[in-house]
Amino acid sequence: MALQSLDIKRRSATTSPTPSVREPSVGAVAKLIDVSKCIGCKACQTACMEWNDLRDEIGTNIGVYDNPADLTEHSWTVMRFAEYENPQGDLEWLIRKDGCMHCEDPGCLKACPSPGAIVQYANGIVDFHEENCIGCGYCVTGCPFNVPRLSKKDHKAYKCTLCSDRVAVGQEPACVKTCPTGAIEFGTKEEMKEHAQARIADLKSRGYANAGLYDPAGVGGTHVMYVLHHADQPTLYSGLPKDPQISPTVSLWKGVAKPLSMAAMALAALVGFFHYMRVGPAETSEEDEHRAEKEVSHE
Amino acid sequence: MSETTRPRTLPRYSASERSNHWVVAITFILLALSGLAFYHPAFFFLSDLLGGGYWARVLHPYIGVVFFVCFAVLALRLARHNAWEAKDAQWLKHFPDVLANREEHLPEVGRYNALQKALFYVLVLSAVGLLLSGIGLWRAWFSLPVGVVRAAALVHAACAFVAITSIIVHIYAAIWVKGSVRAMTRGDVTWGWAWRHHRAWFRQMVKGANE
Amino acid sequence: MTNHWVDIKNADIILIMGGNAAEAHPCGFKWVTEAKAHRGAKLIVVDPRFTRSASVADVYAPIRTGTDIVFLGGVIRYLLEKDQIQHEYVRNYTDLSFIVREDFSFENGLFSGYDAEKRRYDKSSWDYERGEDGYVKTDPTLQHPRCVYQLMKQHYARYTPETVERVCGTPQAKFLQICEMLASTAPANRVATILYALGWAQHSIGAQIIRTAAMMQLLLGNIGMPGGGINALRGHSNIQGLTDLGLMSNLLPGYLTLPNEAEQELPQYLAARTLKPLRPNQMSYWQNYPKFFVSLMKAWWGKAATAENNWAYDYLPKLDKLYDLLQVVELMAQGKMNGYICQGFNPLAAAPNKAKVLEGLAKLKYLVVMDPLATETSEFWRNAGESNPVDPSKIQTEVFRLPTTCFAEEDGSLVNSGRWLQWHWKGAEPPGEARSDIEIMAELFLRIRERYRREGGAFPAPILDLWWPYANEANPTPEELAKEYSGKALVDLPDPKDPARIVRRAGEQLAGFAELRDDGSTACGCWIFSGSWGPTGNLMARRDNSDPTGIGQTLGWSWAWPANRRILYNRASADLQGRPFDPQRKLIYWNGKAWAGADVPDFKVDEPPDSGMGPFIMNPEGVARFFARAGMAEGPFPEHYEPFETPLGYNPLHPKTPAATSNPAARVFARDLADMGKVEEFPHVATTYRLTEHFHYWTKNVRLNAIVQPEQFVEIGEALAKELGIANGERVKVSSKRGYIKAVALVTKRIRPLTIEGKTVHHVGIPIHWGFVGIAKPGFLANTLTPSVGDGNIQTPEFKSFLVKVEKA
Ligand SMILES: Nc1nc2c(c(=O)[nH]1)N[C@H]1C(S)=C(S)[C@@H](COP(=O)(O)OP(=O)(O)OC[C@H]3O[C@@H](n4cnc5c(=O)[nH]c(N)nc54)[C@H](O)[C@@H]3O)O[C@H]1N2
Ligand SMILES: Nc1nc2c(c(=O)[nH]1)N[C@H]1C(S)=C(S)[C@@H](COP(=O)(O)OP(=O)(O)OC[C@H]3O[C@@H](n4cnc5c(=O)[nH]c(N)nc54)[C@H](O)[C@@H]3O)O[C@H]1N2
Ligand code: HEM
Ligand code: HEM
Ligand code: SF4
Ligand code: SF4
Ligand code: SF4
Ligand code: SF4
Ligand code: SF4
Ligand SMILES: [Mo]
Repeated sequence: MALQSLDIKRRSATTSPTPSVREPSVGAVAKLIDVSKCIGCKACQTACMEWNDLRDEIGTNIGVYDNPADLTEHSWTVMRFAEYENPQGDLEWLIRKDGCMHCEDPGCLKACPSPGAIVQYANGIVDFHEENCIGCGYCVTGCPFNVPRLSKKDHKAYKCTLCSDRVAVGQEPACVKTCPTGAIEFGTKEEMKEHAQARIADLKSRGYANAGLYDPAGVGGTHVMYVLHHADQPTLYSGLPKDPQISPTVSLWKGVAKPLSMAAMALAALVGFFHYMRVGPAETSEEDEHRAEKEVSHE
Repeated sequence: MSETTRPRTLPRYSASERSNHWVVAITFILLALSGLAFYHPAFFFLSDLLGGGYWARVLHPYIGVVFFVCFAVLALRLARHNAWEAKDAQWLKHFPDVLANREEHLPEVGRYNALQKALFYVLVLSAVGLLLSGIGLWRAWFSLPVGVVRAAALVHAACAFVAITSIIVHIYAAIWVKGSVRAMTRGDVTWGWAWRHHRAWFRQMVKGANE
Repeated sequence: MTNHWVDIKNADIILIMGGNAAEAHPCGFKWVTEAKAHRGAKLIVVDPRFTRSASVADVYAPIRTGTDIVFLGGVIRYLLEKDQIQHEYVRNYTDLSFIVREDFSFENGLFSGYDAEKRRYDKSSWDYERGEDGYVKTDPTLQHPRCVYQLMKQHYARYTPETVERVCGTPQAKFLQICEMLASTAPANRVATILYALGWAQHSIGAQIIRTAAMMQLLLGNIGMPGGGINALRGHSNIQGLTDLGLMSNLLPGYLTLPNEAEQELPQYLAARTLKPLRPNQMSYWQNYPKFFVSLMKAWWGKAATAENNWAYDYLPKLDKLYDLLQVVELMAQGKMNGYICQGFNPLAAAPNKAKVLEGLAKLKYLVVMDPLATETSEFWRNAGESNPVDPSKIQTEVFRLPTTCFAEEDGSLVNSGRWLQWHWKGAEPPGEARSDIEIMAELFLRIRERYRREGGAFPAPILDLWWPYANEANPTPEELAKEYSGKALVDLPDPKDPARIVRRAGEQLAGFAELRDDGSTACGCWIFSGSWGPTGNLMARRDNSDPTGIGQTLGWSWAWPANRRILYNRASADLQGRPFDPQRKLIYWNGKAWAGADVPDFKVDEPPDSGMGPFIMNPEGVARFFARAGMAEGPFPEHYEPFETPLGYNPLHPKTPAATSNPAARVFARDLADMGKVEEFPHVATTYRLTEHFHYWTKNVRLNAIVQPEQFVEIGEALAKELGIANGERVKVSSKRGYIKAVALVTKRIRPLTIEGKTVHHVGIPIHWGFVGIAKPGFLANTLTPSVGDGNIQTPEFKSFLVKVEKA
C-alpha cells in the first residue's frame, strides 16, 4: 500500500521520469536468507501475517509440512520443505523461505500496465501499491519467481513488501526481527554480500564445497538473497530457478513489440489520411448512376 | 415523381445485419481502446472510457465475449459472400489501380472485393485468436499455467494489433469509398455505387429484380 | 539445565538427542546457531526421525525409540576403551576410585536385591564400602576390582558398536563417527553440551537414559564447564518453576521432600535428609536441610509453627504412595475419587490412554477446570463423533469452568530452563470474567477456611492456622508471593560471629539462603529462590545484559537460582590448583584468597582449591557419582530395558531373562498391563511428539497457528507406505491395543526402516496437537493410542515408544 516515505526509482507503466534528485545515502538494502541456518519454524510466516494484518484460510494437510501449501494474497511468504538424498546417501531437508525476491530488474514491474501499481524504491524494494492495481495479473506473468498473487476478494495483486513501511522508518522487516535463529538478516546489499561470504566460508569448512550466494544476475541481482549449501543446484530448493530471467515471451511482449506495433497502427492511419488527401475519395458520380440505369434498361 | 430525381437503390444489408454490424463495431472499438490502455502507458488514459483501469480490466473480457458472439453471427451470415474466387487474385494484381481510384482497369467485382474478403478472413482468424488468448488472460475465471498465460498475452497482443490495423483499413475504406457507409446505415446502396464498385454483384441483383 | 541457554554458544560439540530443540525450543536454539557460526561448533542429532533440528545438523543418526541407553552406553564403552576421558577431572571430581560393597552384583540383567513379586529392589547392597572412620574406601590407582571405574568398565563392556547397531538400528559407521566427535571433547579445553527433553524422559527407563548421558559428560569432564553440562530443555514456560516450587505429589518447595508414612516424627524425617559427609572435608550442603525446612514451615504457618509443635510437622501429609498423574487416573477409573481440579491442565488430551481417562472423568462427581480456553477435558462429555464417541446422557459429572487469565495478562515471575527467574509485566487486560489463578485460589481458600471455621471438621488446624498475611486476602499480589518465597527475617537477626551486630531487621527481606536459620527466626517459601527479592528489591526484574567476559554470563539480567549462579558445579571448571581448565572460557578461578570470576562460585568462597573439598557440594561424597547408590529405582548403573510395548518381545541384551525384558522396577497397574499390545498384532513402533507450529492442545484455538499447521497427520516412511499401498496425503487409520485415530498420511524419506536383530522395524511418527476442540481441523487425541505406564522413578508416561498398526483408512 502506498503508505511510503521512500524515494521511488521506477514506476510501472510510466514513461515520464520519476523524481531522482535525492540520492539516499543508505543505498540499496537487502535481506539475506541463510538457508543453512533456517529451522523451518515458520515464525517469519506468522510475523508477516501479524505485521501485515493478514489471515489466510485454515487449510488442509496434503502430506507435506508446507502450510499454507503455496503463496497466497494472505501468505506473502511460505516455507518450502524439500527432502533430498545427497550422493553420499545422507538425507538433507532443504527448507527455503519463499517470497518476493525484490529483483533489481523486476519482471512484475515491467509487465504491469497500471501506472504506479508497482514501484521500485531507491533502496531496491519492489512494492505493490494496490490502490493503483487494476487486477490484470500481468505481474504474475512477468515474475520469474512466480510470486504475486491476485486476491479473489478485491482482485488486486499482493506480495511481500519487504516491509517497506518498517524499512522507511529504520526498522528491519518483521520476519527478520522474528527469526529466532538469525537465519534472516537485513542490511545494505553490500553488508549482506559480505556477511554471506563469511557464511559460505563456514559452510565450505563443513564440507559443502558448492556453498554460495544466490543473487541471480539474470534479473540484475536481487534484494532478497539466499545463502545455499548447494548454490550449483538451486532447483533442489523446491524449484528455485537456476538462472531466472524475465521470460523471453514477456520481454518481447513488453519490449520491442510495443513501440513497433504502435508505430505500425499509427502508420496505417497516416497512410489512410495521406491517401485521402492525395488521391481523394472513390466517389460514385451521376454518370455512374446513369450508366447503371442504362445498363438495366438495355437489357 | 421523386423517383426520377433520386437514384435507384439496391438493398445490401438488412436491418438485423446492420444492427449486428454496429454492435460488433462498437464493442470492438471499446475493446480496442481499453486494450490499448493496457497495452501501452501512453494510452492508459483511454481506460477512463470504461470507468478507469480497474473497470476497464473487469469489463474488457465480457465485452470481448459479446463482441465475439456477435461477430461470429455476422461472419456466419456473410461467409458465403466472401468465398474466394479466381478473379479475386486477378483484382489484387491491379492493386495500384485500386489505390488510384482507377476502377475501370479492374476485373469486375462481386458483392465484395478481394481486399474486403481478405480483411474478412483476417478478422475471423484474429477474433478466434483473441477469444482463445483472451480466455488465457482472464484471471477472474481461468487460471492456466504461467507459460500458457505468457504465450496468451503475446498472442492476444499480436491478434489485437492485426485486428486493429485491419479495422483501421476497414474504416478508412468506408470513408474513402463514398456511399459505403450508407450501406451499413440505411441498408441500401445506389445503383451507381453498385455498378461502379461491385459490378458483378449489381448485374446479378438487377437481373433478379427484372425477372 | 546445569548451564543456561546463552551458554550453549560456548560449546564445541552439541548433541541433540532425546529432544528436538529446533522445533520445541526454537528461540533457545539460536544459541546453537551462535555456537556453530562463531565457534565452529558441530551439531549432532540422534532421533528416530530426521527432524528440523537434524536439518541443520552436521551429523544425523537414526535410533530406535527407547534404546538410548545402548547408544550412550556404547559411547561410554568407546571412551573407556580408547581412554578418551578427562583424567584429572574424573580422578578428582567423581567417584571412580570409590570401592563398592562386595554384595553388590549384576547378573542376567538384574542387580542384587531384586524382588520379582513386588517389582522392587532391596537397595542395601548398592553402596560404597566404608572404612573404620566411617568414610568411603577408595583406591586412587583405580585398580581395585570393585572400584567404580572397574565395575563401570565391566558393565558397559557389553555395549559394543555391533550391539548398538543390532539394538538401536544405528549404522556402526555413524555411531563411531559420533563417538569420535564426542571424544574430541575429552581434552580440558574442548566441551560438549547435551540438549534433551522428552525423547529421553518419556520412557519407562527415562531417568536412567538421562543418567547415562550425565555419566558420559562426566567422563569427558564436561559438567560444570561453560559450554558443557547436561541440559534439560523444559516444557511449559514455567514448568521449571513448577518443579522448583514442589508441585509434584512427593515434593515440597526447593526439592525438599514430603515425609512418607514411616516418618511420623520430625527428627527422624530430618535425619534422613541431613546428609553427613561421606569423605573428609566435604561440604555436603544438605546438612543445612533443617534450616530450609523450618523456614518453609514458618512461611506457611507463621506463628502457629513453633519449636514446641515441631514446626507444625504434623500438619504435613505423610505419603503412603506417589500420587502422580497415572495413579490419579487409576484411582478415578476405580471410582475412588470424587472431584478433580484441572488448573491449566488438559488431562484428557495430555495423559496416556484416553479411554481410561475418559472413564475416570465420567466417574467423578465434579470436575473443576480453571483455564482461559475451552479444552477437551472441559468438554469430555461432548459427543464429537468418531474422535470422542461418548453418550452424554450417561455422564453425570458436574463440570465447573472457571475462566482464568493467561500469563500475558498478569505480572509475575517465570523460571526458564536455565533457572532464571524473570519477572514479567502484564501485557493486556484479561477479557470478560477471567480472573487470575491467584485470585481464584485465594477465594477458594477463604471459603474453605470459612467453612472449617464454622463447622470444624476432622483436622481443621492446618487450614485455620495457615498464615495468610496479604493486604487483600481475596487477591494476594504477585509481589507479595514473590517476597514470601524469597524469604524474610521474622525477628532481628544477630550476626552469629558477633551477636551484638544485627544483620537483618525483623521483616527485612533476606539476601539469600545462607541467612536461613532453623530456629524459627526466618521464613522462606522456597529456599532455592531465596534472595530473588532481596533487601535491595526485586532482582528478577533486572535487565542489564552486559556480558563483561563475553561468554554469556550476564549476571545482571534477572536472577538465577541458586544464589544467582548461572552454571551449576562451576568449581569443576577449574583444575586442582583452581585454574580454569580452559583459559579461553574462564568461569571461576582461585585468586589466592577466594574464588572469583564470571559466575557466582558453586563452592565455599574462601575454601582453597587444594583442601580436598570436592566440587559437587550437594553430594555427601563431594564428587559426582557414576555409581548412583540407592538413588535410582532400577540400579546404580543404567542398563537397557525394552519399552513395555517392545517390537522384539525380549531384551536383546538378556534374551533369556523375561523379568529383564522391560524395566523390572517400573510400577504397572494390572489393568494397564492387560492393555499392552503385542508386536504380532501391532507391528509398527510409534512415537509421539510436538511440532514447532503448535503448543500442545491450546494453540489449535489460535488462528495463526491453525493456519500454519491446520490438520492432523502421521508421518510414515516411504518403505512402509509402499508396503501398505498408502499414497502421500491419503488418510490412514492407526490403532493400538487401546484405540485408534485417523489422520492424513505424510509419507517421508525422513523416517527410514531400521534393521533390529535382523528384522525390519518401521517407525510411525504421531504429532500430539489435535483434538476435538478449537478452530484447527478437528482431529483425534493422539493419546487415544498411548500406554499407561511410567518411568520407574518419576512416572513420566511412556509416550515415546509403543506399538501400533497402520492401515488405509
Ligand atoms: N512448538 C512447541 N514447543 C514446545 C512444546 C509444544 O507443544 N510445542 N511443548 C513444550 C513442552 S511442555 C515440552 S516438555 C518440550 C518437549 O520438547 P522435546 O522433547 O524436544 O519434544 P518432543 O517433540 O516431544 O520430542 C522430541 C523428539 O524425541 C524424539 N524421540 C522419540 N523417541 C526417542 C528416543 O527413544 N530416543 C531419541 N533419541 N529420541 C526420541 C522424537 O522423534 C522427537 O523428535 O517442548 C516444549 N516446547
Ligand atoms: N502422547 C503424548 N502426550 C503428551 C506428551 C507427549 O509428548 N506425547 N507430552 C506431555 C507433556 S511434556 C506435557 S507438558 C503435557 C501438556 O499437557 P497440558 O499441560 O495439559 O497441555 P496444554 O495444552 O499446554 O494445557 C495447558 C492449559 O493451560 C491453559 N492456560 C494457559 N495459561 C494459563 C493460566 O495462566 N492459567 C490457567 N489456569 N490456565 C492456563 C491453556 O489454555 C491450556 O488449556 O502433555 C503431555 N502429554
Ligand atoms: C466505425 C467503424 C466501422 C465502420 C464505419 C464500418 C463500416 C462498414 C461498412 C460501410 C461496411 C459495408 C461495406 C460493404 O458493404 O462493402 C462494412 C462491412 C463490414 N464490416 Fe464494418 N465498419 C466498422 C467497423 C467494423 C468492425 C469493428 C468490424 C469487425 C470486427 C466490421 C466488420 C464488417 C464486416 C464483416 C463487414 C462485411 C464485409 C465483408 O463481409 O467482407 N466492421 N463496415
Ligand atoms: C474475444 C474476446 C476477448 C477477451 C476474452 C479478451 C480478454 C482480454 C483480457 C482478459 C485482457 C487482459 C486485461 C483484462 O483482464 O481485462 C485483454 C487485453 C487486451 N485485449 Fe482483449 N479480449 C478479447 C477481445 C479483444 C479484442 C477484440 C481486442 C481488440 C482489438 C482486444 C484487445 C486487447 C488488448 C490490446 C489488450 C491488451 C494486451 C496487452 O496489454 O498486451 N481484446 N483482453
Ligand atoms: S523464522 Fe527464521 S528459522 Fe524460522 S522458518 Fe523463518 S527463516 Fe527459518
Ligand atoms: S495485477 Fe499486477 S500487473 Fe496488473 S495492475 Fe495490478 S500490479 Fe499491475
Ligand atoms: S520476484 Fe517477482 S514479484 Fe518480486 S520483484 Fe521480482 S519479479 Fe517482481
Ligand atoms: S519482509 Fe515483511 S512482507 Fe516480506 S515476508 Fe518479511 S514480514 Fe512479510
Ligand atoms: S515458548 Fe516462546 S520464547 Fe520459547 S521457544 Fe517457544 S516461541 Fe520461543
Ligand atoms: Mo512438557
